[in-house]
Amino acid sequence: MPKEKEVQNLSEVTVRFAGDSGDGMQLTGSQFSDTTALMGNDLSTLPDYPAEIRAPIGTVYGVSGFQLHFSSSDIHTPGDRPDILVAMNPAAIKKNISELKPGAMIIANIDSFDRKNLQLAKYETNPLEDSSLEGYEVYPVPIGSLTAKALQGTSLSPKEVSRCKNFFALGLMYWLFDRQVDQTVSWIQKKFAKKPEFIEANTNALLAGYNYGENTELFNTRYNVEPAKLPKGTYRSISGNEATALGFLAASVKSKLPLFLGSYPITPASEILQYLSNYKNFGVKTLQAEDEIAGITSAIGAAFAGNLAITTTSGPGLALKTEAIGLALMTELPIVIVDVQRGGPSTGLPTKTEQADLLQAVYGRNGEAPVAVLAASTPSDCFNMAIEASRLAIKYMTPVILLTDGYLANGSEPWKIPHANELPDIPVKFRTEKEGFAPYLRDGNLSRPWVKPGTPGLEHRIGGLEKANISGAVSYDPENHNLMINLRAQKVKNMVNDIPDLTVDGDMEGDILVLGWGGTYGAIKEAVIKAREAGYNVSQAHLKYINPLPKNTEYVLKGFKNVLIPEINLGQLSKIIRSEFLIPVKQLNIVRGLPFRVSDIENKIKEVLGGIA
Amino acid sequence: MADQIIETKEIKLTAKDFATDQDVRWCPGCGDYSILAQVQRSFPDLVGIKKENIVWISGIGCSSRFPYYMNTYGFHSIHGRAPAIATGVKVSRPELSVWVAAGDGDLLSIGGNHFIHACRKNVDLKVLLFNNRIYGLTKGQYSPTSEKGKITKTSPYGSVDYPFNPAALALGSNATFVARSLDRDTKHLQEMIRRAAAHKGLAFLEIFQNCSIFNDGAFDILTDKKTKDDNVLVLEHGKPMLFGANKDKGIIMDGAKPKAVEIGEGKHRIEDVLVHDEFDESPLLATLLAHMTDDPSMPTPIGVFRQVTKSTYDGDVEEQITSVTSKKGEGDLEKVLFTGSTWEVN
Ligand SMILES: Cc1ncc(C[n+]2csc(CCOP(=O)(O)OP(=O)(O)O)c2C)c(N)n1
Ligand code: SF4
Ligand SMILES: [Mg+2]
Repeated sequence: MPKEKEVQNLSEVTVRFAGDSGDGMQLTGSQFSDTTALMGNDLSTLPDYPAEIRAPIGTVYGVSGFQLHFSSSDIHTPGDRPDILVAMNPAAIKKNISELKPGAMIIANIDSFDRKNLQLAKYETNPLEDSSLEGYEVYPVPIGSLTAKALQGTSLSPKEVSRCKNFFALGLMYWLFDRQVDQTVSWIQKKFAKKPEFIEANTNALLAGYNYGENTELFNTRYNVEPAKLPKGTYRSISGNEATALGFLAASVKSKLPLFLGSYPITPASEILQYLSNYKNFGVKTLQAEDEIAGITSAIGAAFAGNLAITTTSGPGLALKTEAIGLALMTELPIVIVDVQRGGPSTGLPTKTEQADLLQAVYGRNGEAPVAVLAASTPSDCFNMAIEASRLAIKYMTPVILLTDGYLANGSEPWKIPHANELPDIPVKFRTEKEGFAPYLRDGNLSRPWVKPGTPGLEHRIGGLEKANISGAVSYDPENHNLMINLRAQKVKNMVNDIPDLTVDGDMEGDILVLGWGGTYGAIKEAVIKAREAGYNVSQAHLKYINPLPKNTEYVLKGFKNVLIPEINLGQLSKIIRSEFLIPVKQLNIVRGLPFRVSDIENKIKEVLGGIA
Repeated sequence: MADQIIETKEIKLTAKDFATDQDVRWCPGCGDYSILAQVQRSFPDLVGIKKENIVWISGIGCSSRFPYYMNTYGFHSIHGRAPAIATGVKVSRPELSVWVAAGDGDLLSIGGNHFIHACRKNVDLKVLLFNNRIYGLTKGQYSPTSEKGKITKTSPYGSVDYPFNPAALALGSNATFVARSLDRDTKHLQEMIRRAAAHKGLAFLEIFQNCSIFNDGAFDILTDKKTKDDNVLVLEHGKPMLFGANKDKGIIMDGAKPKAVEIGEGKHRIEDVLVHDEFDESPLLATLLAHMTDDPSMPTPIGVFRQVTKSTYDGDVEEQITSVTSKKGEGDLEKVLFTGSTWEVN
């Protein structure tokens, strides 16, 4: 009889699963997240995988990781440093050891700590046997051989058996954190519906892991993380890319416009195209174009033809779309361009996150080409901002860029699902009256009429050459050009009356305001909370609209002695804020291809305040 | 989704109905005038296509001014991108008749990628290439269809580039309709425009167009009364490939190569002359014919090289939507939002 195990309550935990690219760590991590979400914890995830699909086995650069932070209260980041590392091989330890919390728990698959794998990970001696892991709580578990034992008699090949070991590890973690296996069992059943032998094997591996925890002498303590007190409602866990896709789907339904997406696959944006290609029964048309330029230009064609037209990409693709964004601006057609930012420049760090496309989005075009720029702040916020971007593009007949990033795209969090009927309609008006029609007439927002080809009597021509205001005829008139340049800029400025004010979390004036934008929201929020706990008076504001900036931005900023802007770039928002308002700002810029650590921001806040609490 | 088409009695339109109030601004003697005139003359005859459903898309170049002069929906876009914009229009609104006007630089240099992929996908577009073998708008640089050795502003010692053969490129990219005509052969050009319009799928029509300023006379040999009979082979379905003023020359196969020979007593027999089959499923012969243009010893074919039927990209997209919708039912946003593992917080 195994002895009763002690149960210890924790308020929050950060777990990292790490192993070879082929070890199924992303799957293990997302299963653990889904189950944890179902159990009512708040959570935030950070998948971190190499650009190589199957990097050489056993190497440090081939290690794929999935980090998950879950808690019994509100949380905002995937956690700075893991409390627990599940390491499927020596390379996983090598790669992650420096990131762990002091005293962290390491569950290591000792079966893979053979000479070959130690060598591949560049270990001279076995870290499980020498003193290098002193200060950590190491649990050596023969995950490989226990999985094989559990699957004895199966028809699976030894290789296939070995691929079930991630489920053993997952089962053990479920035991350790008192999670139910049901959600994963039914996932396995669905996933392998056509392969009953895989259902059996993976389920058995999962249960074997769970039972091992129960019966082994190795673990004496289980941990319990109570459900978080989230607002009442129905929840699901959602990643930024999925939320973006759903946001556009909702915008299509709410505007009653068919959705057209022209896109060329690129990490980390491809998933949006993948998700949206499923919704054929909503009339969604996805065109996998020959390149990014065709992605956006086909969308421009679809906008001209009267659709909700969007294009999705990452930084290198945004660069290719530059000229066409100018065309959409010039022809005053509504399109939304999504840039899921990744590490740059050039090919950069394709699978990592960054915020360095801000200036490209705001300024990166030939001519005076002002474009509205929005940025989502959390994975689920991508849903709202996709709807917002669509609404503004349609209302103002102009292109809108929506910035997300690799962290938001791949990270997930619980999302209180809105009901479809709670989402506001997006009004759309197509011009059909012939009387008094001209292609560049202006309404109160300075928007020109949207006319669907096929409307009798309204045949007209548009194009990238400068147009005479109202009549839309090609015009080289100097005064007209000056007028049009200003009109196009004014359209974007007018949006300021249509977007929410910048809100401040904390006092409206004081020593320091931490101002962020985009995907750093969670890290800044947690840093501000920590700094307050340490006795500092800190306020936070977060920009989701960068062009135009909310109309009270200057007022808010001027309420503080210090404005600190943390960004995962070399200070792009800082430049914009300085040039718009001529106020000094302090910068925090760390560009590692990773989200900020909460502690980086917290320390900077303290440094700015001179360490005085 | 396709708009309901309401049948009304049509008043017969004329060429004038397709003209706009814009002054046409090509150079005197430019072949683009004739192309515009032949399009305007043939459009009233297009069967089943309403004027308001016609859309012209162009890129940048002299030829790309075309949409401004057509009283239809029109979009003068950016250099090279017309096929991609047109694809977006057509795929999102399959009931529209979508036309592309493009120069040789526009379609085959900067826009080459879009062109071959529109052909490959068989998007139901009508693509008119205004091939003057020169960059007109930028004032006379060699183009991807300029002959090797051509002296231009950017090739003062003669260009060292090999040219594309546009018809062969289109055939190689699986275009389902490939034809060629001449700006000055007005009847033939009108006929080719009507044929392109009637084709369901990507129709590519290469038009040899005289640039009177930067490449004047490039096609004289094909249009001058004195030389054209010996140098132009008019392809007609089911007819032997004969040319020459007295139709006394023909094309035979010499092994795997077409060869121009004289026909008559003591020469070749008319029975040996190739008979044109536009509808041949295999693109092989059409490709050989297209390449005859590169061989100075051969006449230049005009007419329809090949026309085959296969489902269109835009049609297939629509069909997939219909079939998925009939299986899954109309999309329900509420249901999609609440799919997957959800949980309640009370
Ligand atoms: C992005 C971009 N690159 C270059 C140009 C300059 N440009 C305009 S038209 C043209 C080529 C025109 O030649 P072609 O396409 O053959 O048309 P044509 O004028 O002969 O009808 C070039 C290079 C441009 N407008 N945009
Ligand atoms: S430059 Fe040549 S192609 Fe252009 S308008 Fe003049 S003649 Fe025509
Ligand atoms: Mg040209």
